[in-house]
Amino acid sequence: MNIVVCVKYVPDAQSERTFQESDSTVDREAVDGLLSELDEYAVEEALKIVEAQGDGEVTVVTVGPAAAADAIKKALQMGAHKGVHVQDDAIHGSDAVGTSLVLAEAVKKATDGSPELVLTGMASTDGVMGVVPAMMAERLGLPQVTYASELTVGDGSVTIRRDGDTASETVEASLPALVSVTDQINEPRYPSFKGIMAAKKKPVETWSLADLGVDPADVGLDAAWTRVVSYAKRPPREQGQLVTDEGDGGTRLAEFLSTQKFL
Amino acid sequence: MTEVLVLTDHAGGKLRKATAELLTLARRLGEPSAVHIGPGAEAAQKTLAKYGAHKVYAVDDPDAPSYLVAPQAEILAQLVEKVSPAAVLVPSNAAGKEIAARLAIKTGSGMITDAVDVRAGDAGVETTQSVFAGSYTVTATVTTGTPIICVKPNSASIEAAPEAGTVEAVEAGVSDAAKAAKVTDSQPKKATGRPELTEAAIVVSGGRGTGGDFGPVEEFADSLGAAVGASRAAVDAGWYPHSNQVGQTGKQVSPQLYVAAGISGAIQHRAGMQTSKTIIAVNKDEEAPIFELVDFGVVGDLFSVLPQATGEVKKRKG
Repeated sequence: MNIVVCVKYVPDAQSERTFQESDSTVDREAVDGLLSELDEYAVEEALKIVEAQGDGEVTVVTVGPAAAADAIKKALQMGAHKGVHVQDDAIHGSDAVGTSLVLAEAVKKATDGSPELVLTGMASTDGVMGVVPAMMAERLGLPQVTYASELTVGDGSVTIRRDGDTASETVEASLPALVSVTDQINEPRYPSFKGIMAAKKKPVETWSLADLGVDPADVGLDAAWTRVVSYAKRPPREQGQLVTDEGDGGTRLAEFLSTQKFL
Repeated sequence: MTEVLVLTDHAGGKLRKATAELLTLARRLGEPSAVHIGPGAEAAQKTLAKYGAHKVYAVDDPDAPSYLVAPQAEILAQLVEKVSPAAVLVPSNAAGKEIAARLAIKTGSGMITDAVDVRAGDAGVETTQSVFAGSYTVTATVTTGTPIICVKPNSASIEAAPEAGTVEAVEAGVSDAAKAAKVTDSQPKKATGRPELTEAAIVVSGGRGTGGDFGPVEEFADSLGAAVGASRAAVDAGWYPHSNQVGQTGKQVSPQLYVAAGISGAIQHRAGMQTSKTIIAVNKDEEAPIFELVDFGVVGDLFSVLPQATGEVKKRKG
């Protein structure tokens, strides 16, 4: 089975993430980026499926600036077979609606219009909206099977377990389908030395919007259906009171709760 | 006045608190109309009317609950087409965000997730969100179509404002395409008797420092009537269910009081709790980054501090 995995290149959460003053978009230049951690689970799951079946290829698709090639590289080092990098200056500033359009078209082109299985992470670690998988399913007309904490690929169908707040559900759909996976589904592998060397020879195609037949007027900051009006750094929390437990830590904690009217 | 559609948040017909919050916020934008998909609209009517619903669109489609997300999006799209609302408010949970996502594509509308405030601005509906693990506050607006806003639980204090809440049964057609992902089994989670994590006014969470023993955390939580959360480390170790995980890949909570016990305070965790009003931490390591966030911190062993605090809370509460 051939699987397409959609991944995102995101600013490292450990660094000082911020916005660009000029257009209030996420500053992707100021800090180091990497493959979104939550997408590693999708790559791992795709590799496991293909390895278990003994045939098929994993294609990794990303949309982003030149540096986003790093996200593809990481996935190829883990074992994915080939990469697609959609890169076009007109995409800058796209919201989830625009991003899902480009990704959906890229998936179609990468699979000659007939994807078998599309995998994604549950959300990106920068925007954390978690809506692109649902939007892609809507656009591609595929069954949406999201937040999988277990995935079984059967003959012509997929079954997942989805752990909600009030219930654990089993969800079934026929293939082709789009599945998003959570960080509970597996333990992503680290690239081996062999994997890192092999990745250098794996094919990566770079596509523009024109290659996908997407009108630049439909994506990017100006076409976004939402707009950031303003942003402000949250003032740092004032250093509170710190006490060392000398046998009375619990009592002092309760005392604090009492003065703050929680009791 | 224009209608504002509010998707009710319910489990098997039983309304969650978020519904009243959405209705309270919706009144700032127009006349709220509740959209109740699934059973129980008649029973929910009283509450919906109390918090300002002028109408209740009742869609008791037997197929809707058996399929994932897509039917709800179709039903809402039909209502948006019919009533041209000023906005659609949806709970910002996993399902709500996905319903909103599909609705946005179907109706050619911009959407915003994780809003903690919604108001009528000069350029239309304006929202506030916390981003980058709570380090920034963003104001945003929808520029195209019907604003579709996903609102986080606990974002508004609910206020009653009784209206008629007239129930209108709606026949909504759900296409076969929307019935592609079928829920074939559903195992309800064991009831703990504690409040839901995202709704709770107080959350007490445990992390690596519990060493797997959540007893003191749960007992302290129960003395305060709090929900219990867990850090990713604790969940990954199998000590507590994933549905209780607070953090970037779990729940984002914003309670009045958040107590972190044995949690170091990695960025992953901060993303889920940094916007809490008051933060308390108990940790053996005085260098733990969680102490940068706290209003009150105890450097000490949670196994002695929490039981003592529990006893003291119980004593003071009488």
